[in-house]
Amino acid sequence: MTDLNTLSYSEEHEWVAVDGDSATIGITDFAADALGDIVFVELPAVGTSFSRGDVFGEAESTKSVSELYAPVDGTVVEINDAVVDDPSLVNSAPFDGGWLIKVSIAAGAVDGLLDRDAYVAHTEG
Amino acid sequence: MTDARYTPLRERHEALGASFTDFGGWQMPVRYTSDLAEHHAVRQTAGIFDISHMAEFTIIGSGAAAYLDYALAGRLSALAVGKAKYSLLLAEDGGIIDDVIVYRLGDDDFLIISNAGNRDAVREALLARTAGREVVVEDVSDSYALIAVQGPNAEAIVAAIDGIDDISIPWAEQKYYAWASATYNGKPLLLARTGYTGEDGFELLVAADDAAALWDAALAAGADRGLVPAGLAARDTLRLEAGMPLYGHELNRQTKPAQSGLGRVVVEDKDDFVGKGAVTPAAGARVLIGLAAEGRRAGRAEYAVVTEDGAVIGEITSGALSPTLGHPIAMAFVDPAVADGSVPLFLDVRGTKIPATVTALPFYRRKK
Repeated sequence: MTDLNTLSYSEEHEWVAVDGDSATIGITDFAADALGDIVFVELPAVGTSFSRGDVFGEAESTKSVSELYAPVDGTVVEINDAVVDDPSLVNSAPFDGGWLIKVSIAAGAVDGLLDRDAYVAHTEG
Repeated sequence: MTDARYTPLRERHEALGASFTDFGGWQMPVRYTSDLAEHHAVRQTAGIFDISHMAEFTIIGSGAAAYLDYALAGRLSALAVGKAKYSLLLAEDGGIIDDVIVYRLGDDDFLIISNAGNRDAVREALLARTAGREVVVEDVSDSYALIAVQGPNAEAIVAAIDGIDDISIPWAEQKYYAWASATYNGKPLLLARTGYTGEDGFELLVAADDAAALWDAALAAGADRGLVPAGLAARDTLRLEAGMPLYGHELNRQTKPAQSGLGRVVVEDKDDFVGKGAVTPAAGARVLIGLAAEGRRAGRAEYAVVTEDGAVIGEITSGALSPTLGHPIAMAFVDPAVADGSVPLFLDVRGTKIPATVTALPFYRRKK
């Protein structure tokens, strides 16, 4: 189980786990619950580059469509094929098996993102 | 802005952890845990829905049957006591004010159930049409709650509810689109064998004060029979698979019944009824069709339907990835020339063209 206190968060409900010069990105349990059962996830191809705030994909539930916003600048190095095959992983394990993409990042990529306490406060706002 | 309204079952939903959404001015459960699980439960076992937001009207008097023949699109005077019928409330111009279910409770005694969001418009139209007639129309919505139990196990569950007595018709003899009378805790209970899911089931019209007790009793009766509380998200995908229209999507004031595939509901040879002479759609008016696509990416309400070269020839009214069928389905209004599927059609899903096939409604039909 991921220690949620080690993650960084965006106000758009993505989380980032940094591991050296790469980072794993997913959406939070709060976002997954708000969307409902996720039935389709569209993710960018490996090699795609984006900047913080760019739309990098989509998550669809039975009732709604939500764009995924990049929480950091980065280039996609891996996508989670398991979540493409079984989008319900985003609901059942948003911080673990339901991760979305891995990206290469530069130093300081998560500067300015929220820590766990600030994110929780944001969702309770 | 008026304050959001809650049904008598609000505390039950909160205790079950429901997420709420606004629907027709009401705060209603959209899901309890998983809308997909709730959908599948209704198809495979049973689901229980709070639909107390819906409006109820009593139509009573020696002129009630003749009044309904005038006020609604169908011939309700021909409806047998004990039966129910789907009908439409039309405007003078043939547009649809609401779709309703009419229950004939007695020779001179009818019940109409209408959509929550149209309650005021329905009441206004029904009252305006009573002029000079021996009939009394009353909005009794606030006196009642409505609880739907839907799915293959619905009969076994409702039959096992503790506190339901004095049933007028044996369970096995209660037909679809009919009703039976009963009591719950000594007060009148209407057991309507109707629904909005494409499954067998009941809609229980109960005194508002007894709604919470009946909800608890139904959940207890269903505990060993696969009954789960289900929200509006599941209700919407269930009705879409069943090809059932939703007011504000497939039906509205600007659309005539025949455009929405409901020409059969209008009995045009009646002597007089509101909308008579105005129900024929204009030449070239768009018509409702079913569309199916491959993959998992769904077209949604208000997305365009386009041809190969991108010409917009229609618009989706409801769409989802069908939980039961596993592929995207949609209902859409399209130009009549393309309604037969002779031209390849595409859903414009946020700029991506997804091939779609014209499909007969309903998408899903339960096995009898």
